[in-house]
Formats: sequence, structure tokens, C-alpha cells
Amino acid sequence: MWQFFHKLGSPKWFYGIAGRLLPWFLVPGLLLLLTGIVWGLAFAPPDYLQGNSYRIIYIHVPTAFLAQACYVMMAVAGLVTLVWRMKLADVFVKAVAPVGAVVTFLALFTGAVWGKPTWGTWWIWDARLTSMLILLFLYFGAIALGNAIADEKSAAKAVAVLVLVGVVNIPIIKYSVEWWNTLHQPATLKLTEKPSMPPEMWVPLVLSILGLYLLFGWLACLRMQTEILHRERRARWVQELVE
Amino acid sequence: MPIPLLQATGLSCERDERLLFTGVDLAVRAGSLLRVEGPNGAGKTTLLRILAGLHSGYEGEILWCGESVHRVREHFLRNLLYIGHRPGIKPLLTPLENLAALLACHPGSHRDPLEGALEAVELLPFAHMPCHHLSAGQQRRVALARLYLSDEPLWILDEAFTAIDRAGVESLERLLEKRMAAGGAIILTTHHRLSISGAESLDLLAHTGEALAL
Amino acid sequence: MSAMQKLPRLTPRQESVPVWPACWAVMRRDLLSSLRQRQDLFNPLLFFVMVVSLFPLGVSPEKAFLREAGAGILWVAALLSTLLSLDHLFRHDFEEGVLEQLLLQPQPLYLIVLTKVVAHWLVTGVPLILMTPVLGIMLQLDGNSIACLCLTLLLGTPVLSFIGAIGAALTLGLRSAGILLSLLVIPLYIPVLIFGTGTVMAAGQGLPTASHFALLGALLVLALTCAPFAAAAALRISVSNS
Repeated sequence: MWQFFHKLGSPKWFYGIAGRLLPWFLVPGLLLLLTGIVWGLAFAPPDYLQGNSYRIIYIHVPTAFLAQACYVMMAVAGLVTLVWRMKLADVFVKAVAPVGAVVTFLALFTGAVWGKPTWGTWWIWDARLTSMLILLFLYFGAIALGNAIADEKSAAKAVAVLVLVGVVNIPIIKYSVEWWNTLHQPATLKLTEKPSMPPEMWVPLVLSILGLYLLFGWLACLRMQTEILHRERRARWVQELVE
Repeated sequence: MPIPLLQATGLSCERDERLLFTGVDLAVRAGSLLRVEGPNGAGKTTLLRILAGLHSGYEGEILWCGESVHRVREHFLRNLLYIGHRPGIKPLLTPLENLAALLACHPGSHRDPLEGALEAVELLPFAHMPCHHLSAGQQRRVALARLYLSDEPLWILDEAFTAIDRAGVESLERLLEKRMAAGGAIILTTHHRLSISGAESLDLLAHTGEALAL
Repeated sequence: MSAMQKLPRLTPRQESVPVWPACWAVMRRDLLSSLRQRQDLFNPLLFFVMVVSLFPLGVSPEKAFLREAGAGILWVAALLSTLLSLDHLFRHDFEEGVLEQLLLQPQPLYLIVLTKVVAHWLVTGVPLILMTPVLGIMLQLDGNSIACLCLTLLLGTPVLSFIGAIGAALTLGLRSAGILLSLLVIPLYIPVLIFGTGTVMAAGQGLPTASHFALLGALLVLALTCAPFAAAAALRISVSNS
């Protein structure tokens, strides 16, 4: 077990493994996501209340899920960085933070697009959208801090502390925003709370969620490989690889 | 032979993509003085900060009284006096207030009156004047006054004599000698020529990492 | 030099060190430094007053609007003012080498950081709270709302200081630390802001506020227990990097 852990910490070993994993993430990920989206957009039945405009959930919900999951993953990796000083964990955080920010932005954007037909306006201070906006701020903070510190090791540790503080705060932020929301505009139409969704609707949703997670895995591996090459550029194995 | 107070084996440090030094071994025993030498940028300050536990980006092992310094950190800090090249003096406070605050945090130091220490560094007339009115050398003397009150067996002094005049350096040298005689251990860097008998030296130039740099 | 002659043979000491004198010394040193640099005390306060006065000028001086928005305006201004003052929570200590000495103290760094944040709050947070009634009257708030507002600030501004200490420690020694600090800390301030203003709103509508105060108190306890750990870890990282 410990040996495995130790091996996992070695960038060279991970570089090889990630290379072999890439197609296994990419191909099923693309297939699932395409199936889910095509099914959802073209074949799933329209919603009795929102008609066809609800179909954006096949993009909105997966991105919103991933946006939050990605931050939690970064926090776990941050903990590993601080406690076990595993190099790969910092590589993960650095590689994944911009991806998380983009995914969060997509969730916000699709939410706004959905808002137009539903509420008649591009932006509404809905609890979920607001939480998502704050999550985007948290991502920006982590990226900005990482870029501001020149020394790689210090940057990784500082970002790890920040992300851990952030992850403790996320539930508090979500709770407070929901509380604030009921205070100001009780009983608006909730975006994703369907009392019961028929299988024709949620199966494609699950497929696209899975697909997006797999694609995220692919992108994470790819970006981690790049980051590893950059960090280990003076190591012999990287120089041999380049030649 | 007694266990060294502080011992380091195989220290290496990389900063800003440059291997500062590698394979540094050192041991300071009670009653010895180790002078770390090397040109600017050789990593003297970094080495001292690593030994004091302020810099964590290193590889190698540091032992305090034969035990890993991480495991006995509180005991180590209890017995360490470190003066960096930023002296740790608040400019808005007087020398007396500064000394009192520093000593409250390292309470092992003597109960002798603070004025005695200020007199030893020739600052008694300025005892009640805010430090920002003092010169750089005088501010440094405020920090060095702690040495006269310290009972910590290990001193780590970075650029100890910067901005100190010749007479001041001489009286500090006498202090260091007495300290060694009393069983204290000292690690320091300085660009001054030291006239202290029995001082050992460590040249960081012998440990630069050219072999590994590509 | 008589001190040196009677020096006993030096051996490492085992006994642990007292904590409270050290905390007291740190508190005293910080308070003295702040009191001798009065400008640092007044600037955040002036900033607070000026930001508040922008709202009637920039939005509307109407009584109804001010009464509605007053609590929010004061809270946002207090938040921004705290943010500005955080920049020199650790910075002077860092530049003068005092911070290195703090990290090398045998006492737990958690307590030292806690002490420093409390000292900082005493000289920056408390004046804001004392100033609030005057500004509350200028914003047409009624007495009940003003009392409630002061209480929420009393519970809330220490939370702002504690969370801000993490950001200040993380950005120590960086170029453009001020703006970066704001980016890191503002998202974390949102719950405090929401509960703070929500409490005053509830009081204004005559609703019971005990549970609201309990929430603010819970945030304070959480910040008090957790934030100094994070700030201490961040300080070690920043000092190690310098």
C-alpha cells in the first residue's frame, strides 16, 4: 500500500500511467457526453412547464456538478500537499484550477441562458446562480495566488491552504446564500428541482454527467503531463524523452 | 565525545531553479563557534534560516541534541536565539520596550535589568527614544543587546556585525569568546575579519551544486 | 559585563515556557505601535465614513431608500475598511524581522496569531463600531436598528479580521499584495455580510433576532478556532519563501 502511494507520488511513473490512461478517458467520455447531449436535446420529451428551454440542463447540470466536485478534489489534493508533501498533488491542483474555473463559468453562462426564457431576464440573483458566482470568485482567487508566488513549492502550499479554507467555507456560503435568497424573494421558480423526472429525461442527464467527468479526467491527465514535463525539465528522463 | 547540540547531515537547498548548496554536513558542540563563509549569493543566509527552522525548502537532516529537530521543535526553540539580518526591532518603540517584548517571548533569559544590557551596547542614553530616531548600527545594537541577557545555549547570528563600528565589533568578539568558554554554541556569518581563537569555519563554495546544474 | 562572568555553564533547558506573558507582550507591542502611529488608526475610520457618504450622493438621499439600504451600506463599508487595514496586520512585522522572531518563539504560533488579530481588531474594528451610531443617524436608521447593527458589527467584525488574517498571511511579501488580498478574502466574507445585514433587516421588521445572532456567534466561534491555524500555516509558508 505505502509503496503504491510512494510510486504514485513519483512524477515519472505518473507521466507514463497518465499517457496510457488518456484514451480510456477520452473515448468513453466523448461517447457518453455526445449520447447524453444528443438524446437530451433531440429525443427527450419536452417539459410540461418549461417546454423545450429546460433542455439546457443537459449542459448546465453536468457543468455545475463538476464545478463543485473539482473544487473539492483540489481541496483533497491540497490536504495531501500539506500533510504528505506529495509532488503530484500540487501538480494536480495547478493543472486543474483553470479547468474548474472554465467549467464554473460554463455553468454560470448556461444558467444565464436558461434564465432568459424562464424569468425573462439574463441574470437573476437566484441562490444557485449566486453560489456559483462566488465559487467562480474562489477559483479566481486560487489561480491569482498561485500565479503571484514565484517559488513553485511555496505557491503550491499557499494555494493548498487557501483551497482548504475555501472548502470549509463553501457549505457556509451555500447555506447563507440560500437563507439570503428566501429573505429577499420567497418562492421563485427553482431551476433544477423537478418533483419527478421520467427516465427518458434523467438517463441522458446521467450519461452526460458521467461523460463530462471522464472528459475532465482526460483533460486533468493531459494538463498534469504538461506540468510534470515543465517541472522536471532538468531531469534526465525528460531530456531523453524530448530527444 | 558528547553529542553535538546541533548537527546537520546532507543538507541541500534549491532556490529559484538553482542549486544553492549540496552535501553540507556540520556539527556544533557546546563551546564551539562555526563561521559560515562564502561570497554573496552562496546561500549563507539561507543555510542559517534552514538551521533555525525558518526555511523549509531543503533536503537533508537536522538533529537537535541527537534528535530530529521536527520532533523536538519546542525544546529546540526554547534553547535557540536567532538574530537575522533584519533585526526584529519595532521602529516606533523604544529600545527598552523592544527588549522587554523580545525577552517576554524568550523568558529563559536573565532577570538582570535590561538597562545593563543596553549599557553594554552603549545605548543607555537612548533607552527611552523611539528606535526610528536611532542609526542603523544602533538599531542593530538593540537587537544584539539580547545576547548579553541570553541563556539560550545556541546562537545563530546572521551578519552579526553589519553596521557595527570597530569598537563595537571588538566588544562583541569578547562576548562571543566568553560565551564559548561558558559552553555556548554559536553559528554566524559575517564579512568582518574575526579575531576569535578556536573558531571553525565552513566554506559554502566547496558545496556549490555545479555538478548537478544543467 | 559582570553579567557574563556569573553565567552558569550552559545546558539546554527542559522546562516549558509560560505562554501568557508572551501573548501579553505581543499584544502590548502591537497596541503601542498602533497608538504611536495614529494615522494608521484614523485612515480606515475616515475611509469608512467617506464610503458611507458616497451612497446618499451616488444613489439617493431619500429617507425611504436610506432606511432600506442603511444597514447594508454600513456593513459593506465596514467590510471594505477592514480589508484595507488588513494589509499591515503582518507586513510591518515581516519587513522589520519581528515576524521571524515570532515564528521562532517556543509558544504555540496559534496563540500568537490569535493575539495579533485581537490587537488588530481592537484598533481597527472597535473604532468602526463606535462610529456606526453617528453614521446610522445620518442614514435615517431608527434607534432599534442602530443598536442591532452595532451588535452585529461587534460579532461580525472580529470574524472579518480573523478570515482576513489568513489572506494577509498568504499574500505577505508579494507584489500587489493589497488587491490580491481583497480577491482572496471577499468571497469568504459573504456569509458574514449576509447574516449581518439579514439580522438588522429582521430587527427592522420586528421579527425575532435571537437565532440570527446565534448564527453570527457560531461564525465567530468557527473563525476564532480555525482561522488562526490557517493563518499560522500561511505565515510559515510566506516566511519560508522570503
